Amino acid sequence: MAFDVTKHTLVSKHLKVSDTEKESVFKQYNINSKDLPKILKDDIAIAHLNLKVGDLVKIERVSKTAGIAVYYRVIIEG
Amino acid sequence: MINSVHKKINSIVFSIFSPKQIIDSVSAKIVTPELYDREGYPVDGGLMDLRLGVIDPGLRCKTCNQKLKECPGHFGYIELARPVIHIKFVRQILDLLRSTCRSCGRVLIPDEKVKRYVSMLNKISDDEDAEERRKKVKEIISKYKAKDKCPHCNSKQEKIKIEKPYNYYEGDVRLSPIEVRARLEKVHEEDLVIFGFSSSNFRPEWMIITIMQIPPVTMRPSITLESGERSEDDLTHKLGDIVRINQRLFENINAGAPEVIIEDLWDLLQYHITTFFDNEVSQLPPARHRGGQPLKTLTERIKSKEGRIRHNLAGKRTDFSARTVISPDPLIGLNEVGVPQSMAMHLTVPERVTEWNKEYLRKKIENGPKKYPGANYVIKSDGRRKTITDETKEEILGELEEGYVVDRHLVDGDIALFNRQPSLHRMSMMCHIVKVLPGKTFRLNPAVCNPYNADFDGDEMNLHIPQNEEARAEAKILMLVETQIISPRYGLSVVGCIHDAITGNYLLTKELVFTRNEAADLLYGCGVEDLSSLPDKDRIDGKEVFSVLLPNDFNFVGKDKSGNQVKIVNGLLKSGLMDKSNLGQESGLMLRNIFEKYGPAYTADILGKISKLGIAVLARRGFSIGIGDLDLQNEVSEEISAIVKKAETEAHKLIDSFYAGNLEALPGRTIAETLELRILEALNRARNKSGDVAIRQTKESSALTMAKCGSRGNPLNIAQMTAVVGQQALRGKRIEAGFNGRTLSYFKKGDLSPKARGFIKNNFKSGLTPNEFFFGAMTGRDALMDTALRTPKSGYLYRRLSNAMQDLKVAYDGSVRDASGRVVQFTYGEDNLDVSKTKNGVIDVKEIIQQTIGEKK
Ligand SMILES: [Mg+2]
Ligand SMILES: [Zn+2]
Ligand SMILES: [Zn+2]
Repeated sequence: MAFDVTKHTLVSKHLKVSDTEKESVFKQYNINSKDLPKILKDDIAIAHLNLKVGDLVKIERVSKTAGIAVYYRVIIEG
Repeated sequence: MINSVHKKINSIVFSIFSPKQIIDSVSAKIVTPELYDREGYPVDGGLMDLRLGVIDPGLRCKTCNQKLKECPGHFGYIELARPVIHIKFVRQILDLLRSTCRSCGRVLIPDEKVKRYVSMLNKISDDEDAEERRKKVKEIISKYKAKDKCPHCNSKQEKIKIEKPYNYYEGDVRLSPIEVRARLEKVHEEDLVIFGFSSSNFRPEWMIITIMQIPPVTMRPSITLESGERSEDDLTHKLGDIVRINQRLFENINAGAPEVIIEDLWDLLQYHITTFFDNEVSQLPPARHRGGQPLKTLTERIKSKEGRIRHNLAGKRTDFSARTVISPDPLIGLNEVGVPQSMAMHLTVPERVTEWNKEYLRKKIENGPKKYPGANYVIKSDGRRKTITDETKEEILGELEEGYVVDRHLVDGDIALFNRQPSLHRMSMMCHIVKVLPGKTFRLNPAVCNPYNADFDGDEMNLHIPQNEEARAEAKILMLVETQIISPRYGLSVVGCIHDAITGNYLLTKELVFTRNEAADLLYGCGVEDLSSLPDKDRIDGKEVFSVLLPNDFNFVGKDKSGNQVKIVNGLLKSGLMDKSNLGQESGLMLRNIFEKYGPAYTADILGKISKLGIAVLARRGFSIGIGDLDLQNEVSEEISAIVKKAETEAHKLIDSFYAGNLEALPGRTIAETLELRILEALNRARNKSGDVAIRQTKESSALTMAKCGSRGNPLNIAQMTAVVGQQALRGKRIEAGFNGRTLSYFKKGDLSPKARGFIKNNFKSGLTPNEFFFGAMTGRDALMDTALRTPKSGYLYRRLSNAMQDLKVAYDGSVRDASGRVVQFTYGEDNLDVSKTKNGVIDVKEIIQQTIGEKK
């Protein structure tokens, strides 16, 4: 059995973003998918989320100065 | 330019002009060596022909009908009486002569082999260059040459030799350029490909000059000397020689002169044309001026450090800029820069004449360029520039009217940008206010050394003078030193007191007491004019003197370097000492808080006053160091030797138990490693301990004072000077055996004892033994190499980073975007903090609340 990277302390929490939330992110930053940072579809950290190309992942990072810092990535073909 | 052409370049092909191309592209045929007629007007068909462009402001070009600076200049040509070898193609011509048949002109390679070689040669010129290709061709030819027969027509080949620089011989017979040209004419077009020449726009005979291009006058303008006499460019001189000899050659040929005379003139023509292209051909005497210095012809214009490429194209210089050595001036303002008067008289600021400043500018013009403060140029309403000289002064003053612009000398209060390379951050280029001073160096306040990373061991800096209101306003508002006080990197002051300024304030707040008169004198000397806050009593202590500089509503609680509380209540220093942690650069919150509460200008001002106070105090008290600062009492020396001896004994015990085999290994280490670690630990402990003893026991000394307040030196330096230098380490280990089993031949092989492995038990004052000194030199060299190698590496690393990130910016929504608007971070730095608005990266909410409530009370 392979090691589950999502359990590792250094791997930030990767979450699924609903379509409505996705729209609100786009609206908040006045952007679309091509302006976002990317993540490969077969990235091991999001393997358990069952996402498709074009979806967003929300990454909650533990930050020394900000507590939890939110980051978004768009899924691209891997 | 009105008639500018917009075209897209698809490709560039390099070739040489054919005689026909030259004639088609030129605008004049040059027939006479004369330059000007009796009225000083350019002669038609002369070298300054108006069809070649204009260099006189009043005239128009006869080719394009444009004025000076609009007309780019046009080429002309002369027809040579006899062809001449082009000096730059001597090698190529020789190669071609040697590789082709003297009778049929074909390349000396059998037909059936040619194809195979061409593809191989093409590969060589793709992978390497044309030079390599020609080398290979020669190699191939020499393979077939042995036969001495042309593979095509079977005629016998002669050996071609060259007599430098440009005479070809076949056997013993000299080949004249005419014969050479005839040979080259015979070379077949399809054979040229072998040599890497593009056959479609190249013929080898074009390397022999028959029609010569005359460069436009715009690239060889004549200059009018002060005496009104015209002085021609070197190229014009040379061209004059060429035209003259050519003319004589024509005349002699037509007159049917003897062949010897014609040959002589022909050689002379060859010489002049050769030196026109290159006056540094090794076998030729260079053409000279009457004075004796060699002419600067085409090649000399281009090559070498002073040539067009390295000097003018790669090394462009900016006008209105200056560079010189910097030196310190603690009395100059933080925002100021001292500019030598000699520079101020060359750096100018344009000022437009108006009704209100006319008289003021007239005075400047009257002073002229030689008397400070004067002016160097006047720009008339029509844009024409006039130099102010003693001769033109009267005329200019007479015609001066509103709308004229005067380029006046730099004066106090002008705006300048000041810069030191490497410009690694935005504080490397800041705006300063000019202060014109005598001397030859730029002067700057030592407090701004830190942002520039400058010192005064010979550093040079650059100064730029903005030339319009917009640039000046931008520089002053955005870049003035005082606006840059708080670092965007760590949110503290980048400037601060250094050296004596810290020491002085430390001693002031620690122990000094003055009479009221002394205190008033001291403060007034630092620029404090309002002495009303000086306590009304006979004896005033240092803290009270310092407090006079602080604003009355300033409150602050912090720590000094030794950890004691610094407390300022209502502008009065109640407790704590002023040392590096509060006055120094990149540390302490006192300056940061002053900046926040009172703004940039006030901070710059108070920093200047604090600096001056510290220096003035030190000047009055006196402050010096000497060897006596490193004296220890006898008991202390003994205590230190005891500590060192104990450590050595400990180390020896460890070594003994290592050899006895009862040393216990540390987890994850071998026994040998354990031994090393434990010896190192014991020795370092001894060094630290003896250092502590030395510092604690040393009587008050200036060296110690400086180490304590942080102005220069640290306790380790003092410990090394007075107590023990300590273990020398290379790559984190004790010095390893570099020779066979030992560090120096002085020791026994396998000696693990402290002294054989780089422990220096002496101190710098007592002096080192030779072997100790050698160990010190080893680590010293290592440190030197490390810095020498790391500086360029980290510099390049930084450059790559800053180039990669240069167009990232924080957008209005708080996200970080690249140049095309793509998101890099959703919140800047994850916390959305502008570090330059924080205190050391932190926003102290508690303090803000306290302050707000306190002020409401
Ligand atoms: Mg230096
Ligand atoms: Zn023209
Ligand atoms: Zn032949």
